[in-house]
Amino acid sequence: MTGHLLDARLAVERGDFRLDVPLRVAAGEVVALLGPNGAGKTTALRALAGLQPLTAGHITVAGSDLDRPDRRRFVPAEHRSVGVVFQDYLLFPHLNALDNVAFGPRRHGANRRTARRSAGEWLARVGLVEHARRRPGQLSGGQAQRVALARALAVRPAVLLLDEPLAALDARTRLDTRAELHRHLAAHPGATVLVTHDPLDALVLADRLVIVEEGRVVQEGDAAAVTTRPRTDYVAQLVGLNLHRGQAENNSVRVADDLLLTVPEHLDGDAFVAFRPSAVALHDDQPAGSPPNTWPATIAGVQRHGDNLRVQLDGPLRVAADVPPATAATLRLIPGQRVWAAVRVTETHAYPAG
Amino acid sequence: MTLIDQPVRPASSRRPRGARRPDSGVPVALLLPALLGLAFLTLPLIGLLARTPWSTLPQRLAEPGVLAALRLSLLTATLATLLCLLLGVPLAWLLARVEFPGRRLVRALVTVPLVLPPVVGGVALLLVFGRRGLIGGWLDQTFGFTLPFTTAGVVFAEAFVAMPFLVIAVEGALRGADRRYEEAAATLGAGRWTTFTHVTVPLVGPGLAAGAVLCWARALGEFGATITFAGNYPGRTQTMPLAVYLALETDVEAAIVLSLILLVVSVVILAGLRDRWINTP
Amino acid sequence: MRPRTAVVAGALTLVLAGCGAPGGETADGRVTGTVTVFAAASLTATFDRIGRDFEAAHPGSTVVFNFAGSSALATQITEGAPADVFASAAPHHLAAVTTADGTDGTPAVFVRNQLVIAVAAGNPEGVRSLGDLTRPGLKVALCAEQVPCGSAARRALDVAGIALTPVTLEADVRGALAKVRLGEVDAALVYRTDTRAAAPEVAAVEFHESAQAVNDYPIAVLADAPNPTAAHAFVTHVRSAESQAVLTEAGFQAP
Repeated sequence: MTGHLLDARLAVERGDFRLDVPLRVAAGEVVALLGPNGAGKTTALRALAGLQPLTAGHITVAGSDLDRPDRRRFVPAEHRSVGVVFQDYLLFPHLNALDNVAFGPRRHGANRRTARRSAGEWLARVGLVEHARRRPGQLSGGQAQRVALARALAVRPAVLLLDEPLAALDARTRLDTRAELHRHLAAHPGATVLVTHDPLDALVLADRLVIVEEGRVVQEGDAAAVTTRPRTDYVAQLVGLNLHRGQAENNSVRVADDLLLTVPEHLDGDAFVAFRPSAVALHDDQPAGSPPNTWPATIAGVQRHGDNLRVQLDGPLRVAADVPPATAATLRLIPGQRVWAAVRVTETHAYPAG
Repeated sequence: MTLIDQPVRPASSRRPRGARRPDSGVPVALLLPALLGLAFLTLPLIGLLARTPWSTLPQRLAEPGVLAALRLSLLTATLATLLCLLLGVPLAWLLARVEFPGRRLVRALVTVPLVLPPVVGGVALLLVFGRRGLIGGWLDQTFGFTLPFTTAGVVFAEAFVAMPFLVIAVEGALRGADRRYEEAAATLGAGRWTTFTHVTVPLVGPGLAAGAVLCWARALGEFGATITFAGNYPGRTQTMPLAVYLALETDVEAAIVLSLILLVVSVVILAGLRDRWINTP
Repeated sequence: MRPRTAVVAGALTLVLAGCGAPGGETADGRVTGTVTVFAAASLTATFDRIGRDFEAAHPGSTVVFNFAGSSALATQITEGAPADVFASAAPHHLAAVTTADGTDGTPAVFVRNQLVIAVAAGNPEGVRSLGDLTRPGLKVALCAEQVPCGSAARRALDVAGIALTPVTLEADVRGALAKVRLGEVDAALVYRTDTRAAAPEVAAVEFHESAQAVNDYPIAVLADAPNPTAAHAFVTHVRSAESQAVLTEAGFQAP
């Protein structure tokens, strides 16, 4: 207990799959578990909720153990102060919005009238008071998401868990709902753990990101740290960076046998080099004067990316280059075409990999 | 196997009449056997109607035994259904949700009353609950209470034969239901029992209703196990099917009228319930 | 499955009978082909044996039985089931067939059956007479009045002037007998032949009022018999001394 409301090491072993994620969340803090599908994010969340027992490790909330296999301690879901917003909300189809939200308070001992009044207040907070009598089937996706949030918050949980809270929504609704969700999460006094595979959700909603791949934490930190210094291809892709690993010596990093990238930083040993796709310039011929950080490459594929074209390059480095349309018109961007790639030194960023 | 249709919003009613979409046609390969199936099920009914002595219908209805048998049938079928719900729903839950050794065997055992000729079922009931039966003997000696030849015996026999219908329907519904709703309920503080009563049962409502209807209908038509286990005595154990069967011995027309009465009453009750279930908001 | 043993499924029997070659009398006067006999359920055991004897006496012939309650058989016949011979447990069921379809030749009573009190082996309740059945606490099963054993019982009780409240009015003799056998009732009024078949688990107590409640079993060849020659031969066979011996042995009385 070092000031963290939630202190856990989530270890679950199931067949070939192994999850081992340490997790500490302070009161009022929002932590996003970010990772690709199958990384074990949902298992971690289910373990926190009490729907999946740990095989090792512990879950401690406010100093008391909820799950600790080595002490044979397991508090079932219904006795945990945990609220969950499920991926597809799982609003009870036979109850209207109000009774869905009142369900939790009722189970926690409130009488029907008190539970309904409290549910009404929560619905008002998420702006759905006029939809109280509607069944889940009559609510839009965004509305259902807000009811699910109200339902989870209505039990005033110490720990709020959200599983892909925006994944089921269309792009437009997601934008509005994300902003509103951010407001509610910021107001939640307890610890919040958010599971998502969408980096934007994680960056907007969370104070801190925990990146999980294949059951392990590969990187952890606030948005700035993660976006500027990705440590795996997955994170680099998430934040839209080219990421390469190599041996650094002074201000150059050997990222391939025959390619040395010059970087602004001075460092030694195992290191990452990251640069944005828009920092990669393409030329038909070798740039005159042999500037640093140029290398011959082959175009592997071209696709639209926002207003630009994203060109995938093969060669000593596999990188993505974003080319503005004006430049694209002067180049022959067809797969198999040989080009020269160049990255300015000031556009690269190197940091130790150890 | 669902008898109770789900409420469906008439989305297609906005389409102008005659504007057929290509996929709205029913393939003949389905339509033909469907109509044949319907004919197969309804022709015997039409046969009954054709032979009904309509002119004597009011007198038949007024015969004292008829109403007594009808009342007894409705009473016992309803009580049997309640008994089946009380015991069958938890059993269905057990089969659907709990992994235990021999579950397949138990599931097969549940269907035994379906396979067993009802008369044999009645004999089996006698061997257990009869005056000399395994449990019945003890009941008789301890409490001086025997089930055979009593109205309770009729309920027992009907429940025995009808329960598989309920268990199978409810088990299917439970297997089809999304268990994550139960997890959601748990995270909101609901214990196992509350989750079962407040979430699981409402979720499988349509399946439960279908099962109960099947169960009730089967109990209402029950003959073999009833007459074997509970005997046949007017006002006490003579249900409509028994009255029909005996009427058939002497007076086919009377049997037809009795059958029709049973049929009409059950259809009216089921249709009434169906509307109630569907119109409840 | 040998056709003669087809006692269970009436419908199946009908199919078999319908498919059988009609046969008949060959040039040398021999009886051949299938003869379909609809017989009261109480005749099952005896007619099985009589049928075997008939087949032995008439090589090339096959007897197919459909055993069921007489009223059910009568309904099947009037609804067009292809039967050659109908042996009924009560005259009025045969009469019903006669009115509807006619029989070929006059129905003849070939055997009679009499009521007895069926009790558990050893007669643990010590039932000696019809009057004993009214003893309090004694559970008695009767047949429903719609079936022959029930109407016979009603007649006997009326003659004796005994008011008896049974616990059940069974739809057939077998039901009444099963309840004696399982110990659910202490006594039942059934036919003597039934108690013979159920021995040794069931014992019979004769009572003198039963003389007033004797059941006649008539037999007749049906007008639409597919195989009338064999049908007549079968009826003759049933009324022969040899068959009568089989029937008396089972508890029937000669007419």
